[in-house]
Amino acid sequence: MQFTDTPGSLSYRFAVEGMNFKTAGSAAMRIKRLLLDVGYEPQLARRAAIIAYELEMNLIIHGGGGQLAVKLSPDFIEIYAGDQGPGIPDVELAMQEGYSTAPPQVREMGLGAGMGLPNVKHWADVLKIDTKVDEGTRLRAIVYCTQSK
Amino acid sequence: MTGYFHSVRLETKKCKGCTNCIRRCPTEAIRVREGRACIIVERCIDCGECIRVCPNKAKTAVSDSYEKLAAFQYRIALPAPALYGQFKGEYTVGQIDGALLQLGFDDVFEVAYAADLITAATQEYVAEVGTPRPLISQACPAVVSLIQVRFPLLLPHLIPIDSPMNAAARLAKDQAVAKGYARADTGAFFITPCPAKITAVRQPQQHFTNYVDGVLSIQEVYGDLLQVLKSGVTQLRVTASGAGINWGGAGGEAAAMGNDVATLTVDGIHNVIGILEEVEMGHLKEIDYLECQACTGGCVGGALTVVNQNLARMYLKKLAAADGVPEKGQQGTALLERYNRFGIKKNIRPRQPFSLDEDVAKAISKLDLLERTLESLPGLDCGSCGAPTCRALAEDIVRGLSSETDCVFKLREKVSNLARKVMELASLVPPSMGGVRETKNEGNGEADNEID
Ligand SMILES: Nc1ncnc2c1ncn2[C@@H]1O[C@H](COP(=O)(O)OP(=O)(O)O)[C@@H](O)[C@H]1O
Ligand code: SF4
Ligand SMILES: [Mg+2]
Repeated sequence: MQFTDTPGSLSYRFAVEGMNFKTAGSAAMRIKRLLLDVGYEPQLARRAAIIAYELEMNLIIHGGGGQLAVKLSPDFIEIYAGDQGPGIPDVELAMQEGYSTAPPQVREMGLGAGMGLPNVKHWADVLKIDTKVDEGTRLRAIVYCTQSK
Repeated sequence: MTGYFHSVRLETKKCKGCTNCIRRCPTEAIRVREGRACIIVERCIDCGECIRVCPNKAKTAVSDSYEKLAAFQYRIALPAPALYGQFKGEYTVGQIDGALLQLGFDDVFEVAYAADLITAATQEYVAEVGTPRPLISQACPAVVSLIQVRFPLLLPHLIPIDSPMNAAARLAKDQAVAKGYARADTGAFFITPCPAKITAVRQPQQHFTNYVDGVLSIQEVYGDLLQVLKSGVTQLRVTASGAGINWGGAGGEAAAMGNDVATLTVDGIHNVIGILEEVEMGHLKEIDYLECQACTGGCVGGALTVVNQNLARMYLKKLAAADGVPEKGQQGTALLERYNRFGIKKNIRPRQPFSLDEDVAKAISKLDLLERTLESLPGLDCGSCGAPTCRALAEDIVRGLSSETDCVFKLREKVSNLARKVMELASLVPPSMGGVRETKNEGNGEADNEID
């Protein structure tokens, strides 16, 4: 799974640094501003913004950093996160509410509640995960502009 | 006509075009054009930040004047709780209320009393309604506007209950009518700490029915009140509780909600933005009630108050403890029933002033242009183009409101390119003086000679 440009849509890519909590959330914030500029329906924009935030945090906490990207189209909003980190050994387990392997110092910051991926799944119309242990993880989430959730 | 009313205005003559205000504005609503600030009405939330920050006092708020009192036979003053904090604690709440009667009002109705009722209605609402969390109060109109403009996704978090100001006006006027005055002859005047309340009253498209007839600022009445107080006044009977009076300072609303409700208070518009960004990401769900105050210190820090907000908050707290009466009880319950818990039915609409085009496809291509324009700008956010950030300038360029050369660095680049061209041209010697003509299109190297 790769993040590629699509004609008629607009893509932005942001580099996200692993374990850097100073700038955590800033890529998602940039994405949120882009969504406001386009003027997507507020509920759609919110869903995409939450997805972007959760995926960015996972890149920071678990993925050792990577790339967060967004594709804006009149028909859909796509959020992509790709890293070359440890990968997810058991995706089904990772998708469960409350499951987290976040280290203690991250939990002390109030993160790592194990709700990120379940939230992403909840708000996305389509979620695809491509992951391999020791190679990395790629996630693609799509929010369609016609559906409401 | 844009359909928006704003109380915050610019006194053009005083503005020096210094760009202080453009960066302070939380909604990027100000630009400097031709040496003067101007406000983008769709974005302004009347928070008063620019009034506070302007070194030339060129930003003001338009309120009503005493003359408007003459339009009514029975005039009721509605003092904001913040007013009580403006007198160093030297006068009681009852005295301050009493002094208002000598400024031309026939009656005083404490907004702090209405705040008690709104607290009770809100407590019920928070207990009944499970989601979303946190719920956000509508008491500060600048926060409501901020949410409409910058956080439209959070509109469902706003509690659909009227503000204490408006509830007070409604109750006061009904009381006057019960006493035998004609409704049309009864005028309710709010004594305001801020421009946002003036705007809330005058805004043509409201999501609530407005009952306030006029607004005077605390700054406007302060001098007169002080004089009256010094010469001695008859106290009025206080009707508000200490909790209601404390609504005038940050933390007052939250404290009034009691211990059963998980609350958080944020004051200062830039802090409010930070917290709303958290809420937007789905955080703070453990908080039931979020008290957001646009002004640092709460309403005592309003742009139209007189006394330093830290001091005012201290005075207010002391007065609240000393002068507040026990809460409403039975009578309050009856009023809540009668007024349907001061609920607001209409939805609040998003304002979306940042959207680049109504058509999503067009907006996307404009956004593309915006971001590419931004890449060509220096990224210094220096403000000398009159926009708060380089991105804001890029946005204005895409909207056709500015041009690239508004950026001094771009302009310099263009000028220096031009200068280089001029130099190049100047160094060319005409062929008649022995200069060699450049050859481009001719395939034949001897073309020069042919022409000569
Ligand atoms: N990019 C990633 N790389 C490796 N593991 C990940 C990644 N994203 C998520 N995970 C795994 O999935 C688990 C659940 O993720 P999530 O639901 O977001 O909860 P949390 O981030 O709070 O731990 C994480 O604890 C981690 O083990
Ligand atoms: S905090 Fe109070 S004074 Fe400041 S804008 Fe809001 S309502 Fe007005
Ligand atoms: Mg996570």
